[in-house]
Amino acid sequence: MIRRGLFKHPKNDLEGEIGHDRTPGPFVPENLCVTCPSCRKLLFRDALADTSDVCPRCGWHFRMSARRRIALISDEGTFREQDADVVSQNPLHFPGYDEKIKRARRTEAGKDEVVCGICRIGGLKCCVFAMEPAFMMGSMGTAVGEKITRLFEHATKAGLPVVGFTVSGGARMQEGILALMQMAKTSGAVRRHSDAGLLYIAVLTNPTTGGVTASFAMEADIILAEPGALVGFAGPRVIEQTIRQKLPQGFQRAEFLLEKGFVDQISNRKTQKQLISRLLEFHVGGERTDERL
Amino acid sequence: MWGVSARMNAYEKLLAARSNDRATAKDYIARLFLHFVELHGDRRYGDDPAVITGIGMLGRTPVTVIGIEKGHGTKEKIARNFGSAHPEGYRKALRQMRLAEKFGRPVICFVDTAGAYCGIGAEERGQGQAIAENLTELMGLKVPVISILIGEGGSGGALALAVADEVWMLENAVYSVISPEGCASILWKDSGRAKDAAEHLKITAQDLLSLHVIDRIIPEGLGFSKTCAFLKIQLIRTLNRSRALSTEELLNLRYERFRRIGDHVVYPADST
Ligand SMILES: [Zn+2]
Repeated sequence: MIRRGLFKHPKNDLEGEIGHDRTPGPFVPENLCVTCPSCRKLLFRDALADTSDVCPRCGWHFRMSARRRIALISDEGTFREQDADVVSQNPLHFPGYDEKIKRARRTEAGKDEVVCGICRIGGLKCCVFAMEPAFMMGSMGTAVGEKITRLFEHATKAGLPVVGFTVSGGARMQEGILALMQMAKTSGAVRRHSDAGLLYIAVLTNPTTGGVTASFAMEADIILAEPGALVGFAGPRVIEQTIRQKLPQGFQRAEFLLEKGFVDQISNRKTQKQLISRLLEFHVGGERTDERL
Repeated sequence: MWGVSARMNAYEKLLAARSNDRATAKDYIARLFLHFVELHGDRRYGDDPAVITGIGMLGRTPVTVIGIEKGHGTKEKIARNFGSAHPEGYRKALRQMRLAEKFGRPVICFVDTAGAYCGIGAEERGQGQAIAENLTELMGLKVPVISILIGEGGSGGALALAVADEVWMLENAVYSVISPEGCASILWKDSGRAKDAAEHLKITAQDLLSLHVIDRIIPEGLGFSKTCAFLKIQLIRTLNRSRALSTEELLNLRYERFRRIGDHVVYPADST
């Protein structure tokens, strides 16, 4: 069952919550208050920080920066970043793209497009990545593809599980076909990691669409999704244009995907770390003998 | 004829690739593979008419053939959803890939689609998951795979059948991350600038060869039967070369082929 009406969502947060460089997000310092896009309640930023950016009234999960996600999921002080210097360039000399990159770097995202590294979660070592929603809608260009690929290759070599947080508007069109090819490239690295018998957990966050959904987001052994997250291949606007009708309420939301069998669990931020730690613990390699028998 | 098409700009090629009288997958299949037997269905949900799968003889070798089919004539085009596959189309292909691996048959894919279908049913049945599964499957498939873009190569829906040891393109085919119209309307709020977008997106076979995204251009200036004759020789030769490789070598080469893409952007090695 889709829990209809449990969360009232804005019509299209691909444009609403994410596609805005101008509207101040919840973490702009001069902004003391923020309105919940779901229930319209006015919330204090400080109070929101205490609840992992979840609306205390309706449970809406706010957009979260890659670094904040990693800070919340990893054991304190254990995160070691990798490949921070791999950043977007303009491989096809696409007009206006250089300026777009510069503008994105002036947002709260800075140089982050996806943050990758090694950390411990509940004491267990793993590779971790988190995509950055503020950088051009979390779109995947060659830099993002390269970093994700390197992370999976590293995890395969080191025999480590991967925990990844996705948020993406899809492939980055300014990098043309090279962006599309990152879907194949990352999928190759995920496959090798999987063939090595290693665990990959993906957490799909709002929104995860396009080429990222159609590659490493949906290739995990265990797929979690945050409540209310929009997850799909085509964005809602494209579908509405194609079929010329309004989409049903709750369509492409995490709860809908759970009902259709495409995610393992809806994961609330409050218990997310505990859940991921437990899942990692189930997959710790090596023989374990039970002393009691 | 070579000269004529070489002078066509990206947008003209896009229109040529979409034109109604262009040969479709089943035209190539009929010419290239003797005794082709079509095999239907994904064994999970249904049979997607936008994807044709089966087995045929390429010279003396049985091969698995997968093609996205746009159809000819309005009636067939509608029946085949204009070559826009649903998840069951990709899963139909997946089933045949696995059978090909079981019986050691090479896989030949013909790609011609504006993109995977964007609709309610497609999303309900996991369009993204279906494409993703094909990408990982093809990356590890233990038999040779060759993909040929014969018309339109539209985004993830095309890539789902284009992870291969070699990717070839017909001289006037196009391959793009997004339709130039879509790109222009998102970036410039003006779908009329599709011509500009087509140029900048680098969608022609010539551009993609220089970007090392494809491995070979199949000339089509001498007409359909000559194109097919050339294609057949190249397929047989390429599969003969693949046969000399061990499975491990084959898979390593396929991995490296895609692993390199984006390398012209020089990234520093990990600094940590
Ligand atoms: Zn709320």
